Amino acid sequence: MINFHQVRKAYRVNGQDIPALQPSDLQIARGEVFGIIGHSGAGKSTLLRLINRLEEPSGGRIQIDGEDVTALDAAGLRRFRQRVGMIFQHFNLLSSKTVAANVALPLKLAGVLSRSAMETRVAELLARVGLSEHANKYPAQLSGGQKQRVGIARALATEPKILLCDEATSALDPQTTASVLQLLAQINRELNLTIVLITHEMDVIRRVCDRVAVMDAGVIVEMGSVADVFLHPQHATTRRFVQEAEQVDEGELHDDFAHVAGRILRLTFQGQATYAPLLGSVARETGVDYSILAGRIDHIKDTPYGQLTLALTGGDLDAALARLKAADVHLEVLR
Amino acid sequence: MDALTRLLHSLLPNVDWAEIGYASLDTLSMLGGSLLFTVILGLPLGVLLFLTGPRQMFEQKALYGVLSLLVNILRSVPFVILLIVMIPFTVLVTGTSLGVAGAIPPLVVGATPFFARLVETALREVDRGIIEATQAMGASTRQIVVNALLPEALPGIFAAVTVTAITLVSYTAMSGLIGGGGLGDLAVRYGYQRYQPDVMLVTVVLLLVLVQILQSAGDKLVVHFSRK
Ligand SMILES: Nc1ncnc2c1ncn2[C@@H]1O[C@H](COP(=O)(O)OP(=O)(O)OP(=O)(O)O)[C@@H](O)[C@H]1O
Ligand SMILES: [Mg+2]
Repeated sequence: MINFHQVRKAYRVNGQDIPALQPSDLQIARGEVFGIIGHSGAGKSTLLRLINRLEEPSGGRIQIDGEDVTALDAAGLRRFRQRVGMIFQHFNLLSSKTVAANVALPLKLAGVLSRSAMETRVAELLARVGLSEHANKYPAQLSGGQKQRVGIARALATEPKILLCDEATSALDPQTTASVLQLLAQINRELNLTIVLITHEMDVIRRVCDRVAVMDAGVIVEMGSVADVFLHPQHATTRRFVQEAEQVDEGELHDDFAHVAGRILRLTFQGQATYAPLLGSVARETGVDYSILAGRIDHIKDTPYGQLTLALTGGDLDAALARLKAADVHLEVLR
Repeated sequence: MDALTRLLHSLLPNVDWAEIGYASLDTLSMLGGSLLFTVILGLPLGVLLFLTGPRQMFEQKALYGVLSLLVNILRSVPFVILLIVMIPFTVLVTGTSLGVAGAIPPLVVGATPFFARLVETALREVDRGIIEATQAMGASTRQIVVNALLPEALPGIFAAVTVTAITLVSYTAMSGLIGGGGLGDLAVRYGYQRYQPDVMLVTVVLLLVLVQILQSAGDKLVVHFSRK
């Protein structure tokens, strides 16, 4: 759906080229929710805005749906942009227009629907985002979450195939964030919409994304399925984001369990394995005792996962390790 | 004559109310006519200044530099000088340099650059994010101006019209100097040249009332169109 071939971007500031995106390759599949995470200034917005050419690439090729968008002329670009919705951190709604008029704006600009068809479509969109009764209000009369819902309805107006989200939840409180993410997940499912979202919160990635790219200083340093990246982070930047999300404090991180006796393991469960009564049966069969040193059980998108750090003592240790290795879990021996 | 008229007559012995009435109408038509043309010419000029300005959609250093210089030159010429310098041009356009018709061209030329700058400033106040969101919808520059920039800047534009209208009121008074007619003309001819302070007082009070009405009407419009 979205293909980047060695795409790079440098901004010209005072006659000097300042690189914001190093040559990068990226493939995003149709219907996927793709997350981009990175610290401030990492180049996330740059990458996202290259997709609908709000920024011109300095090099490389961008293909969307097989079409080379770097080659589009002005008119072609305008038609292409009608097929790509975008929502923003600060919503960017027109304060002079009502909610309904804001949602109708992309339709009016495209100029393909009749007035009554437009009204029907706007009513549909407002119903989808749960704002039907606010149609005639002005944005200033809405809460942040409601404004972002208007933004989403507006972005969906021209039935785009791609939705770009630039920090769409960063200005919202945790509860509102959750409901907006739920709405995004729902439209992704129901409309088979490809969503590219950028954020600096791993939690946002964990809740809605299928795959994720981690950016650092204009480079994609890690990319993969959210479960892989989240549970087995490789790059230092990724590890920091995961720790932030799990609220691991520094003390816990540097605890090497020196005072704990026995073998120390980390087990990672995913999917149905999370619910299998593995530890109890291994303990019974091999006679080892286990104590849980750290752990959490949660969801990545719709998949449950668990990660436990254990100390094993007594019994037949080798048999226990063999049993765990054979089971449907990821095993790391830490000591 | 009843008591009130007698009282007025004894307080303001030189005031000819019929003449005041005609002069007021002249002032209003000069104001209305010049404001209309100022907005018609100044609004596109302001939009052009904005679009070609630094880091805007149609950034054009040379064009912006020329427009900007032209606007600055016209704004730095004292209006009284403009009135005199423009006489040949005014005669060419309206056939006369006197009366309401003769006053309008210099008023428009004096106020348009001022109004255009205010429009440019009002447009710059519009959040860049709004322009970006509209661009992302696939809007052309024209569509962005018509559907996003102007509606969003409307309160600022109404404020600009108000300030310009009030500036035009004082300009119309000055155009009395070269026979432009209106209340300013009365103030100069009777109040100043013939030393009739009562005429001066009445004209000044009427001009003050006009300015007050313009300001409060403008403020109402600004508030009405501000949805923030
Ligand atoms: N229009 C621009 N002109 C010059 N430099 C820019 C421009 N836009 C971005 N940059 C620079 O490019 C780099 C990447 O910026 P970008 O906005 O993509 O970062 P980001 O990851 O989105 O950060 P944030 O989380 O703060 O939004 C930064 O160093 C930034 O200063
Ligand atoms: Mg950004």
